[in-house]
Amino acid sequence: MSDLTKLTAAELAATIASGDVSAVEVAQAHLDRIAAVDERVHAFLHVDTEGALAAARDVDAKRAAGEELGPLAGVPIAVKDVLATKGVPTTAASKILEGWRPPYDATIVERLRAAGTVMLGKTNMDEFAMGSSTEYSAYGPTNNPWDLGRIPGGSGGGSAAAIAAYEAPLAIGTDTGGSIRQPGAVTGTVGAKPTYGGTSRYGLIAFSSSLDTPGPCARTVHDAALLHSVIAGHDPRDSTSIPQAVPDVVAAARLGATGDLTGVKIGLVTEFNGEGAEPGVMAAYRDSIEALTKLGAEVVEISCPHFQYALPAYYLIAPSEASSNLARFDGVRFGLRTGDDGRHSLEEVMSLTREAGFGPEVKRRIILGTYALSSGYYDAYYGQAQKVRTLITRDFTSAFEQVDVLVSPTTPFVAFPFGSRTGDPYQMYLADLFTIPTNLYGGPAISVPCGLSEGLPVGLQIMAPTMADDRMYRVAAALESTVGVLTPPAL
Amino acid sequence: MTTTVLPPYDDVVARYEPVIGLETHVELGTNTKMFCGCPTEFGAEPNTQVCPVCLGLPGALPVPNRAAIEATIRIGLALNCSIADWCRFARKNYFYPDMPKNFQTSQYDEPLCVDGYLDVEVDGEIVRVEIERVHLEEDTGKTLHVGGATGRIHGATESLVDYNRAGIPLVEIVTKPIPGTGAKAPLVARAYVTELRDIIRSLDVSDVRMEQGSMRCDVNTSLTPAGGTEWGTRTETKNVNSLRSVERAVRAEMIRQASVLDAGERIFQETRHFQEDTGDTRPGRSKEEATDYRYFPEPDLVPMAPDPAWVAELKAALPEPPRVHRKRLQEEWGLTDLDMQSVVNAGAVELIEATIAAGATAAGARKWWLGELARRANEEGLDLSAVGATPAQVAELQQLVDEGKLNDKLARAVLEGVVAGEGSPREIMTARGLEVVSDTGALTAAVDEAIAANPDVAAKIRDGKVAAAGALVGAVMKTTRGQADAKTVRELILSRLGAQG
Repeated sequence: MSDLTKLTAAELAATIASGDVSAVEVAQAHLDRIAAVDERVHAFLHVDTEGALAAARDVDAKRAAGEELGPLAGVPIAVKDVLATKGVPTTAASKILEGWRPPYDATIVERLRAAGTVMLGKTNMDEFAMGSSTEYSAYGPTNNPWDLGRIPGGSGGGSAAAIAAYEAPLAIGTDTGGSIRQPGAVTGTVGAKPTYGGTSRYGLIAFSSSLDTPGPCARTVHDAALLHSVIAGHDPRDSTSIPQAVPDVVAAARLGATGDLTGVKIGLVTEFNGEGAEPGVMAAYRDSIEALTKLGAEVVEISCPHFQYALPAYYLIAPSEASSNLARFDGVRFGLRTGDDGRHSLEEVMSLTREAGFGPEVKRRIILGTYALSSGYYDAYYGQAQKVRTLITRDFTSAFEQVDVLVSPTTPFVAFPFGSRTGDPYQMYLADLFTIPTNLYGGPAISVPCGLSEGLPVGLQIMAPTMADDRMYRVAAALESTVGVLTPPAL
Repeated sequence: MTTTVLPPYDDVVARYEPVIGLETHVELGTNTKMFCGCPTEFGAEPNTQVCPVCLGLPGALPVPNRAAIEATIRIGLALNCSIADWCRFARKNYFYPDMPKNFQTSQYDEPLCVDGYLDVEVDGEIVRVEIERVHLEEDTGKTLHVGGATGRIHGATESLVDYNRAGIPLVEIVTKPIPGTGAKAPLVARAYVTELRDIIRSLDVSDVRMEQGSMRCDVNTSLTPAGGTEWGTRTETKNVNSLRSVERAVRAEMIRQASVLDAGERIFQETRHFQEDTGDTRPGRSKEEATDYRYFPEPDLVPMAPDPAWVAELKAALPEPPRVHRKRLQEEWGLTDLDMQSVVNAGAVELIEATIAAGATAAGARKWWLGELARRANEEGLDLSAVGATPAQVAELQQLVDEGKLNDKLARAVLEGVVAGEGSPREIMTARGLEVVSDTGALTAAVDEAIAANPDVAAKIRDGKVAAAGALVGAVMKTTRGQADAKTVRELILSRLGAQG
């Protein structure tokens, strides 16, 4: 058998189903790959060797017993460390949760287990998913497999890097302001943010409840669609989960892969005219627009005048919700506790715990959010940001009356070297400039590789109306059929 | 605090006009918690009724309990409120270890029910209490400080937290300020809480036990100089946990505030705590250093839009309001206002109703519940319903009296057996041999014995002093251990002595 780690999820599932290889062999091949390269990549915070092999054995037993296997049975997967995994350490890359083993599985993790996927372990991320480079992980950054001296994007850099480094064919990410798409773009992989409420947040350690969206990371559009279809769907345990059928994203990806986009209307956001973006990124972007046109798509410019306020609105809403969501990390019931030596008051223990447990970016956002929600400032900040959010939603709604999807570069720049933006939070925040509007609106968006700039991957972002996730898969698969799947240099 | 001589109450109300307001929390009697499926039983082992959701574990999410929303709407409707066609939950952020998420999911500027009223009766006069809002929230856990002398955190060596109560649905009912009640303010407060409790009990949505904390009251009080137009600064007296305490707390706070104002000082807006033992209030946290709760719409929950058809259905199915219900019963039972009041005060309305339904007369039912059983309940500090007798048993007891099988005294002995759990009245009567002796043969012997033993009394009776027969009846009752029917005994004595009754 050729190198199992180079196969796509779809190929692996087919091979396992046919009996050519066992799920255990596939799992072992990936565990071996992790053992060989992860010291350099640091995509994983925790590798669950025992759990993975046990899950793989289960799949093999089922196959041997003639039971029907799901479309991803036996396929290894890496899960962002922000999703609760029963009995398996879950830290959100924070010191405050070091060693915490949740007593329950996130709904998505339950669905992954039910589908027979094999969870290899938990991937690195920016602490509590706050960041755009994975440099804010309390356990050290992840390195981009394309250039180990560069960031893998954030906050889901671990998930994207694990895929790019062939440590796993699939991974789960979460996207609050671009944390699936942006790492996807800078690692040359596919990352999709489903419609908000289309995937369950139950068991996802909350950063910003009204924005957080779990979604798939993969090396191909088809794989992403397969994973999407396994994890999406209504969850009664999440009040914001949409009680509607999931669009058939797998069929849409297959349709797109035929390379025909006749009749598809694509909108280019006028306001994303290249300002603040690297020329190489814009060049790859224009090439991909041309490619889409050649596939038969009609391309028009659409103005979304309020997108320019998305970044500031996001940086009020997300930290506000985060300041409240993270209040539960106080050392009382779980995780780290500092100062409980009989010499400190209750308030001091809580305060010392939070001081010791949270990293600088998390503290920055808690302070920002606490301020924005405080009485006297609420209307000026949080309230105003919510109004901007409404206007951005209207921009999207009116755009989708004219076109099927909107496209833009996923990120304004390719993977940057470590440390080049940590000194200036605003420069870091710009990394999510193009991805944030979608989160405020709630619709789905995907990043798909569209070329290289200076030898580093560039992603194209495709945005669709809420619950029309299938549309973006179709366009993404069509682009992939001409651009091809990017292959990083050997590690 | 300096000790000052407090002015007499009459003096206070002569010079000041009180304005009161009440915030009442009611734990709903739903089977499961507000946002998860955990059970809500009272008194379970600490931290046995918890899950990731009500413990606020990372990643856990709330899902609203429809039964709690329905109960809140019914309370709102019973209090004549409008039901919001669209509303949502908010987060109230503050740090406290008994609150798992360090925010309470509550309602803030968009409550479920608004603008209602409740009419209460004080001294035969109806006072309308306006309701500002009725909203739904989740309860917190409980902290227990051990190792100290007082049970307070000061001096404690350890603090323990029980999260069983965390997440139990809690309804908050807030009145508008109630002016113009004058000297009756404490009575109005008490009557309001009593009426509210009765309404909620009639809706069957909570057991409203103040002593168990399933109904808790905060009382706001302010004073304005008589004839003044501007209201004074109010204080909030927390967790007043009995009807009697509600009345006492208002009264005590009125007197205290008057003494402060008399001294030319000002009232601070603060939280005070009612002291059950002394009946006064003591300062708690000052509102001036109050937390900024940083309320904002709860992003984990979608807004609620109660279906108007559903609300109309709930409204149509509301039970008769307790005050109207009582009025009707009073007429049916032929009671005076005062009698009815004592029935209500004893918490006997429903018990008497059920006893009548089981076949007793109104007078009979009232007699047992308000006499013997109320006395026992009082002595043992129990609710009348918990005293150990059922309406069916009381009805049976009365029936035995009506049949002449028991006299009053014997019936009381049987009732004792009922309360002790010995069985039904008939069983106890038989088992203990308490039935009235009406066998004239046996009674005649006892009567003759009594006549022989008291010749001078017998002589008086023969002479026509019929009233003296009582002494002989007493003697006969003594020898028959009370089991004789006194009327029969008396007739026998008179006939044996040839006297006319």
